Amino acid sequence: MANSPYNEMYLGSGAARSHYQRYAQWLANQPAQRLAQKRAEADVLFHRVGITFAVYGQEEGAERLIPFDIVPRVLPLDEWIRLEAGLKQRVRALNAFIHDIYHDQQILKAGVIPAEQVLCNSQYRPEMQGVDVPGGIYAHIAGIDIVRDDAGEFRVLEDNLRVPSGVSYMLENRKMMMRLFPELFSAHRIAPVDHYPDVLLENLRSVAPTGVADPTVVLLTAGAHNSAYFEHAFLAQQMGIELVEGQDLFVRDEAVFMRTTQGPQRVDVIYRRIDDDFLDPLVFRPDSMLGVPGLLASYRAGRITIANAIGTGIADDKSIYPYVPDMIRFYLGQAPIIANVHTWMLRRQGDQDYVLAHLPELVVKEVHGAGGYGMLIGPAATKDEIEMFRAQILATPERYIAQPTLALSTCPTFAGSGLAPRHIDLRPFVLSGREVSIVPGGLTRVALREGSLVVNSSQGGGTKDTWVLET
Amino acid sequence: MLSRTADHLYWMSRYIERAESLARLVDAHYRMSMLPHSGDTLTESLRATMKALHVFEAYGERHEAVDPRKVFEFLSLDREYSGSIFSCLRAARENARAVRGSLTSELWVTLNSTWLDARDFSAHREPHADIGQFVEWVKERSHLTRGVTIGTMLRDEAFHFTRIGAFLERADSTARILTAHQNDLQPGADAVSVPDPYQWSVLLRALSAFEIYRRVYRDVITPFKVAQLLILRDDMPRSLLRCCKEVYQNLKAVSNQQSAETLRRAGEMHASLYFTRMEDIMALGVPVFLEQFLARSRDLGDRIASDFLVPPAEA
Repeated sequence: MANSPYNEMYLGSGAARSHYQRYAQWLANQPAQRLAQKRAEADVLFHRVGITFAVYGQEEGAERLIPFDIVPRVLPLDEWIRLEAGLKQRVRALNAFIHDIYHDQQILKAGVIPAEQVLCNSQYRPEMQGVDVPGGIYAHIAGIDIVRDDAGEFRVLEDNLRVPSGVSYMLENRKMMMRLFPELFSAHRIAPVDHYPDVLLENLRSVAPTGVADPTVVLLTAGAHNSAYFEHAFLAQQMGIELVEGQDLFVRDEAVFMRTTQGPQRVDVIYRRIDDDFLDPLVFRPDSMLGVPGLLASYRAGRITIANAIGTGIADDKSIYPYVPDMIRFYLGQAPIIANVHTWMLRRQGDQDYVLAHLPELVVKEVHGAGGYGMLIGPAATKDEIEMFRAQILATPERYIAQPTLALSTCPTFAGSGLAPRHIDLRPFVLSGREVSIVPGGLTRVALREGSLVVNSSQGGGTKDTWVLET
Repeated sequence: MLSRTADHLYWMSRYIERAESLARLVDAHYRMSMLPHSGDTLTESLRATMKALHVFEAYGERHEAVDPRKVFEFLSLDREYSGSIFSCLRAARENARAVRGSLTSELWVTLNSTWLDARDFSAHREPHADIGQFVEWVKERSHLTRGVTIGTMLRDEAFHFTRIGAFLERADSTARILTAHQNDLQPGADAVSVPDPYQWSVLLRALSAFEIYRRVYRDVITPFKVAQLLILRDDMPRSLLRCCKEVYQNLKAVSNQQSAETLRRAGEMHASLYFTRMEDIMALGVPVFLEQFLARSRDLGDRIASDFLVPPAEA
């Protein structure tokens, strides 16, 4: 890490950046005791409300909190406008790509992406070939992970197009901040986010199968033991739709119904929060109890909309990620607004030579890994870990990509005795239906351990409220 | 609404009501244990109560003799026994969690907090902490849960299934508590022996009926009057008649194409109590009457489950 990271709040001189000035002033005037008390209050409230994620194999109610930090991450309006444009552009291109792959495959014919990298990818779903989905939209909900490098530039670290989660924390963090520090909300013009469930519902309704006037939307969950169950229940409640499990649905004559106290009721749109593999035991994993037998047949017949569509994994796979800027140029004829992080593909000999020679400086990721697992962070790794990865790379180079170790930007965060800079990222949620829309901001995740670059909640990450200032 | 959702709501509500009923029983006996010379009467009443609730066997597997302290502990805080107050609160919370989206936030937070606090109490309490305080608290939490339910929930199916669960459980509980004292309710019992006034006042207190009894009868406590109060009084919130009326009305509000027979039986249960005189019940024998009532209420519960909660696969 050659350069020091970009600090979101303070300039090198120690003065606050202009969009943080009012907050920094307020913060300086807060007695330490008040802040400590507010932090404790937040913890109690999150427990009572049950804003937790389940930990497998523990007693009921032993769900863990995702640590919440009371110092907000603030984005000035001009930065947000640019980010928003870049995100919309990127998601449009990704949807165009998925549609193309499951239809004419022009991008492969044009040689922009090597065909075998798509067609031999385990995320490619041949079942989807030739299937038309409403509006040609596949990734209805996209969570795009954004980081800021040492030069202050935003970059896309990862696209999440399957079942991205975290939006409930975005909403609950805001609610919590308003409860703890109402005075901050009168002192700033902070773009609201609470309308996200309305936008999401409207978005889901807009992609119902053609001819359905008043579509019934449901949210499909794996159940109360799933780690993201709180979010599923929360979103269903906020949208006023049924939270269903696979056992609540059945397919008859290619139509999907739910079992209700008043008999079977037709379902038109399924916002699913389970992976492709579990959706339909007749087609995918036969041992899955989470899905609905016959769902894929109904889907292929155009009788039901599934959001996100089956097969979106082909576009957020890490081996495809390096090509997203090319997709934007290919499908939209535009220059990408937000750049990727430089990525070496280890299947390429030249890239591999470079990476193997520089392992201690780089981050190596498994292409199908997620959640911060299957990853080598060179500067933080031991010699043994590096050698283990070297052996794995040599054995199956196509399974890996490498990136420079980014000096992710930092934001002051409560840690032990007081405030200290901690690395953060940002996950905005991009909704695609009849239109593409984004609620201002997103979920800011923070690596709570000093020096750590891993923001995932499963590995000691926390979250912050994210403010987009309207002036 | 989803059948599974209705099922969870129904059970959530039953478990909270069951926790309250148990807390009432423990509370009443606990008070009795503080009276001098209560020894035999107390153990006898606890034994009969546990038998009527079908928990005596489970108790016997864990403890030998009926020791009031152990019984209180077992009924209140035994973590392993699925019928304890502690386990009921956990089950209520787990059912609520499975459908938290169908509850109002206030109701969910109430149930979740109750469970979190019960867990803390059980984990951190002093070895001889006051069990009376715990059951008192459980009653309060149940009152609060009921108030939040009535005060915040839309009067839709979710509400009605919640109520059906609560009143079926309550009817069951009242009938069982009476069953525990059925020796004094045998035909002609009043002529043979003088019932123990303490036992009967414990029973009344366990049903929040002690003051009501005084107000309604202005008389000494006699078993048959107690039975009349708890079976046939329409204005007595825990009486069988009252519970059956609530079950019928809530069931009517959710009726579907296949529930006609279930609704008819619920109506019949209500009507037969409504038009029955205490003399008729006494002629039949109160114990026989209670046995029949419990069988009918069990049948009703089964029918509700198959009509609404777990319908056959390809409905």
